Amino acid sequence: MDLYEYQARDLFEAHGVPVPAGIVATTPAEAADAASRLGTPVMVVKAQVKTGGRGKAGGVKVVKSPEAAREAAEKILGMDIKGHVVRAVMVAEGIDIAEEYYFSLLVDRAERNWLAMCSVQGGMDIETLAAEHPEALARVSVDPRTGLDAAKAAEVVAAAGFRAEDRAKVADVLVRLGEVFVAEDATLVEVNPLVKTREGRIVAADGKVSLDAHAGFRHPDHAALADTTAADPLELAAAERDLNYVKLDGVVGVIGNGAGLVMSTLDVVAAAGADLPGSPSPANFLDIGGGASAQVMADGLAIILSDPQVRSVFVNVFGGITACDKVANGIKQALTMLGERATRPIVVRLDGNAVEEGRAILTELNHPQIRLADTMDEGARMAAELAVETPASGREA
Amino acid sequence: MAIWLGLDSRIIVQGMTGSEGRKHTTRMLACGSKVVGGVTPGKGGGSVEFGSTQLPVFDKVSEAIESTGANTSVVFVPPKFTGSAVSEAIEAGLDLVVCITEGVPVADTARFVNQALDAGVRLIGPNCPGIISPDKSNAGIIPANITGAGPIGLVSKSGTLTYQMMYELRDIGFSTAIGIGGDPIVGTTHIDALEAFEADPQTQAIVLIGEIGGDAEERAAEYIAEHVTKPVVAYVAGFTAPEGRTMGHAGAIVSGSSGTAQAKKEAFEAVGVTVGRTPSETAELLRGILRGK
Repeated sequence: MDLYEYQARDLFEAHGVPVPAGIVATTPAEAADAASRLGTPVMVVKAQVKTGGRGKAGGVKVVKSPEAAREAAEKILGMDIKGHVVRAVMVAEGIDIAEEYYFSLLVDRAERNWLAMCSVQGGMDIETLAAEHPEALARVSVDPRTGLDAAKAAEVVAAAGFRAEDRAKVADVLVRLGEVFVAEDATLVEVNPLVKTREGRIVAADGKVSLDAHAGFRHPDHAALADTTAADPLELAAAERDLNYVKLDGVVGVIGNGAGLVMSTLDVVAAAGADLPGSPSPANFLDIGGGASAQVMADGLAIILSDPQVRSVFVNVFGGITACDKVANGIKQALTMLGERATRPIVVRLDGNAVEEGRAILTELNHPQIRLADTMDEGARMAAELAVETPASGREA
Repeated sequence: MAIWLGLDSRIIVQGMTGSEGRKHTTRMLACGSKVVGGVTPGKGGGSVEFGSTQLPVFDKVSEAIESTGANTSVVFVPPKFTGSAVSEAIEAGLDLVVCITEGVPVADTARFVNQALDAGVRLIGPNCPGIISPDKSNAGIIPANITGAGPIGLVSKSGTLTYQMMYELRDIGFSTAIGIGGDPIVGTTHIDALEAFEADPQTQAIVLIGEIGGDAEERAAEYIAEHVTKPVVAYVAGFTAPEGRTMGHAGAIVSGSSGTAQAKKEAFEAVGVTVGRTPSETAELLRGILRGK
């Protein structure tokens, strides 16, 4: 889960990382109010979007009065930055910047530990920095069992080439950022820029944090940080039913068991549709998981059939733990619930655990929309062809 | 032969008294795996009946080892307790620890993976289906009735694609099939499995299944070029996955331009490993290789 800058700022502050004062606002009036509460001579109104490049897009404005903050917020709110609509701004205390640095701490998949990256050349994005000045970017491995302790932080600031007189101050902030990483179960903590003010203070002037969704059981407070306004309505409905669903932009609904098999099914459907008129492609990713019950299958099918873009459905199940008879019963349950509203064809391929029983249930059901396929490749082709033949229809379930 | 799991594997199940642990212990016993006991803190001294077999339950892994001579553990405990359960298993000195649990915080995984690496313990997972050496032993949740022993070694990030591939090649059979798991950090990598298959006399050809996210496949391709003489075919899932979205597995995500299926496919092809467009085409490629031998 990626956080907004203002949420990262709040987490930083809670763990003793020096940050500029900042207040989030969702209307121009709130922005003006935030500015008068801050009461600093200079303030910055910053678009809250989970993408880079907002400065270039006009999403950051320096203001000197509440009225100017209101005007800036009016311009920024509703702006589209790389496909992200700005729904909130942060009004932050202006800081007098002397130097800009870069710091991040993240999970290093390849090395199976953590990686700290730090540079005395901050302000540009990390990809540009890594590409144009690789020598200026220090990369230091961090053992997840000890974390970014004082000794490791000292190693990082030395490797990054900070001046001797700044090292202790910067290392202290890095240790606190390391505490944020551990205490909040983050997978990324990035500060760009980390700044030195003219008074010599080290301040995290921006923040990007990703939290590990799997660690939610340790952090009941993290649920409140989730962003439900930006999510797709079908994805929200699926999440409420604990279904692993990702909306895509095609017309063939896909359900399967196991993330790898479903990803593979998407690919096979897309390949089968590539040469057909209109190139039908997958409408979604939906993994019903291992050992799914009939109810889970029925919920999944109902979600997919409530997507007006879907013209055909491909159910691809290899029963390992999942029993094919339960999958078949789930399909039956969903179709019974939908009744005459089940107007789109459903191709079903079952193999593995209880396959005979599963196929027998669907054969006996003899539903006009159900087609059985013998293999995954054949099923994908059938579903793609049916998507071409079936006209677009309205919302069903 | 086979790799890491065989006739001499004596298995304990951590979390055997829970519903998942109980269900899969039954299945492991049914296919002839030597499951010798279970560990559930607080339930030591008890036992669980599986048909005619009665298995003792211990409070600690070390007690289970002492009493049963176990050398392998399969971990089914919930994510909250997985970190300490796996850590205890590594510390107790087992040869092989298989962690099935999905949803383990990556920080916990990073810690126990490093612990296993330092201790020289073979850890598979987390978030994986486990390992099977057909007709010898099964540690995890891979269905044992798909196929029998044979000359193919299989290593995969995905559980169901493992089953699918075993099914496609059920007439030939497998030395060992391993699901390494789809989390960002895992205990056993494709490279570890390739190294072991290369050294295993039973294995004549290898199927490698990858998916989007990270660069494990690219690293495997480099390793194959330098160290693997046996034929390898590969399959990669996730060509149609959108950037920035997690596709089911926590590790299955394309970030910016890195971790794409296309890059992985090209890395394999660059070192002469053929990549199937579908699981069945991949199976056909392997079949062709074995016929040509």
